[in-house]
Amino acid sequence: MAPKLVAPRLRCPPGGAQSGAGLMPLDVLVVGGGNAALCAALTARAAGASVLMLEAAPREWRGGNSQHTRNLRCMHDAAEDVLTDAYPEEEFWQDLLKVTGGQTNEALARLVIRESSRCRHWMRHHGVHFQPSLSGTLHLSRTNAFFMGGGKALVNAYYRSAAALGVQVRYEAPVAHLEFDGARFVAAHLSGGERIEARACVVASGGFESNREWLREAWGCNERGEWPADQFAIRGTRFNRGVLLQDLLAHGADAVGDATQAHMVAIDARAPLYDGGICTRVDCVSLGIMVNRDGARFYDEGEDFWPKRYAIWGRLVALQPGQLGHSIIDAKAVGRFMPPVFRGAQASTLEDLARQLDLPEAAFLKTVHEFNAACRVGRFDHAVLDDCHTEGLAPAKTHWALPIDTPPYFGYTLKPGVTFTYLGVKVDEHAAVHFGGKPSENLFAAGEVMAGNVLGKGYTAGVGMTIGTVFGRIAGASAAAIVREGLRDAA
Amino acid sequence: MTPLDALARDAAALGGGTIRAAAAPGAAEDEVARQMQICNACRYCEGFCAVFPAMTRRLEFPKADVHFLANLCHNCGACLYACQYAPPHEFAVNVPQAMAKVRLHTYADYAWPAPLGALYRRNGLALSLALAAALTLFLALAAAWQGTLWAAPAAGSFYAIFPHDFMVGLFAPVFVFAVLALGLGVARFWRDVDPGAPGSAALAEAGANALALKYLDGGHGEGCNNEDDAWTLARRRFHHLTFYGFLLCFAATSVAALYHIAFGWHAPYDVTSLPKLLGLSGGAALVVGTLGLLRLNLTRDPRQGDIAQRPMDRGFTALLLLVALSGLLLAFLRDSHALATLLAVHLGAVMALFATMPYGKFAHGFYRSAALLKWAIEKRQPNPLQLGDE
Repeated sequence: MAPKLVAPRLRCPPGGAQSGAGLMPLDVLVVGGGNAALCAALTARAAGASVLMLEAAPREWRGGNSQHTRNLRCMHDAAEDVLTDAYPEEEFWQDLLKVTGGQTNEALARLVIRESSRCRHWMRHHGVHFQPSLSGTLHLSRTNAFFMGGGKALVNAYYRSAAALGVQVRYEAPVAHLEFDGARFVAAHLSGGERIEARACVVASGGFESNREWLREAWGCNERGEWPADQFAIRGTRFNRGVLLQDLLAHGADAVGDATQAHMVAIDARAPLYDGGICTRVDCVSLGIMVNRDGARFYDEGEDFWPKRYAIWGRLVALQPGQLGHSIIDAKAVGRFMPPVFRGAQASTLEDLARQLDLPEAAFLKTVHEFNAACRVGRFDHAVLDDCHTEGLAPAKTHWALPIDTPPYFGYTLKPGVTFTYLGVKVDEHAAVHFGGKPSENLFAAGEVMAGNVLGKGYTAGVGMTIGTVFGRIAGASAAAIVREGLRDAA
Repeated sequence: MTPLDALARDAAALGGGTIRAAAAPGAAEDEVARQMQICNACRYCEGFCAVFPAMTRRLEFPKADVHFLANLCHNCGACLYACQYAPPHEFAVNVPQAMAKVRLHTYADYAWPAPLGALYRRNGLALSLALAAALTLFLALAAAWQGTLWAAPAAGSFYAIFPHDFMVGLFAPVFVFAVLALGLGVARFWRDVDPGAPGSAALAEAGANALALKYLDGGHGEGCNNEDDAWTLARRRFHHLTFYGFLLCFAATSVAALYHIAFGWHAPYDVTSLPKLLGLSGGAALVVGTLGLLRLNLTRDPRQGDIAQRPMDRGFTALLLLVALSGLLLAFLRDSHALATLLAVHLGAVMALFATMPYGKFAHGFYRSAALLKWAIEKRQPNPLQLGDE
């Protein structure tokens, strides 16, 4: 095997590979510039293939949503470096099964889980550093390995490693569509008109969350005549416009997932339209009450620990009138939750708070008074599912229910923030994209564009990066193997 | 801020001085507070250094806390390249730059006596004037006493050019003043966020972190940043050569003083003598270290730190280089006709270094060490916040 691995490397020395019309045909074209694309490119290059990455974003915005990530979920049978205790395959699988409600492919999911235990050594080799779980994330110290400095530091390390290995990278090179011969990839066409041929292609171009029109169409118009998606902020990159996903589906690639399924968080309504990332989240929901535009509560704020519930509130708020929610707390909650990036509205009376938040005063006061009256306060403890709850209130608040009665009062207006979408293309265990139930011989997918195979709905922290890393490496290895086989057959 | 201070700041701005004055009083501190509010909601950089763990113990960032955090920052650059909110993001987070701008205010605002703090804002000018004045003084004295600057002195003795007591009489007060001024400035800085008395563990940790430049290791040991997002240990290593080279030179002078005063052993000393060995090795380390630091400073990403302070950094480093080079040359050209000139240049450079010590780049080591000690004490105290698991 070894001599054959060397052959392509000699043919295309680092930095000397040609893209497009050059003399030497390109082995592997990687469309995308985030974690999955980088993992694919690094793996294919290390296997001897010449590799070109096409990143739609300019260099300063490179890395897609990966620049906003901070960890990946890893299976491990005993405490390892930054991970405490054990997180065995079966537990990881059960966690995934629970959050997806069964909308997952067990074979692919178990592949991801098993491979997740073997990622970190490879990641370190390419310059990624890990650190113990960050302050405020103790609940993840067992299951998730944190990147030192977060996802952008990881992306930077991978780009440096890619440069050292001779992977070519082009920024501001958005691909408009792919050219096929049946289900066989032939070439990519850039938005500027350039055509780039390659022996194999890895699509790792992300979801479609930044395509406002597509989101609008997917969410449609509600019974109030609103287009909910118009109010969504995108927590990640503005470059995930789903161009390749749309193109692949139009070419007959098999779809997985549903266009309305996405990782959605209720974030501060003042968040920027794109790239607000992690800091726009507001973590005081379980310490107070959440009311809608009409001043009414609409869900149990104390249903479960916040880390287990934060990802349901984006969708809950999206269903409210105006797609807005207001998290209301009093002075007792100050200093008990992660500090939010924007200061909340602050008032010494509930009436004033209602005015500041543009809430109907009477309805809001009624909600608070009814809630306060329904509170059965026992021993408040935010670290456990405590016995502070409401009685005779609908919806109930089942834990951490303390009356909102101690000024100053604070209010944070929240709106839905989309992290990433789950609609994707169907792949097999080699990351090959399926067309009409059959795998393409030279087109592979990794990352968000195929994450829906494993994560059809719901979310558990760090699993997106796990899927991207595992399938990125698989896609890169598969693409390099196809190139190798092709060359062997030709010889 | 004192009116004089404000005037000096305005004057510096009007004169287009090397240091750009902040747009408004407290603007530099406000900018750090703004960025810390963003960082505190993100926290990805916690593993790089002590600034971010110290930040997580706070919800608000008043001026004194900002100065503490700014001096804890070693300007390693790691958090700039890792930051998802760095420009061109609209949040425009650049912690190393914001902290560097505040540090200049720390040195100026806490300086003793206060009016001299304004010297930081025209540091290039202050340094040049001090150097020119000191050089003129020594050259003129040498010429006057020797009759010429070009004569080989008897037995290569420095004291034949400048009498021992004259040198002591001139340098001792300047040095004592420098130490006093720096000490009083740092004491004021310490009282502003007083973390309490240090225990021995805190002292040991802070000392080790300062002496090892722990926070230029990137948190993972591969170093900090200079030109781009790649790690390098060069900054740490050249700083070590500079710092320990300086200490060796200082030790050489101290040992020589001891020989002179306590044992009556007068210079010049043998090449194998302790003062010579310390001085030669220290001088060599200082030359290599400062040249390395200057090269790194010239190639550093302009986004890292406050580019307006680079003249101060370079001026200080260049002065150290001049001290080291002239000192080394003195050791080798003892019997040369150039000795008197060389000695005058060396003494002038040393005098300029001492005189500007409390009002220039030299101060960074003292304020940073104090901040490291504050952190070592603070981290051993219970966290005042009980933020739930996010």
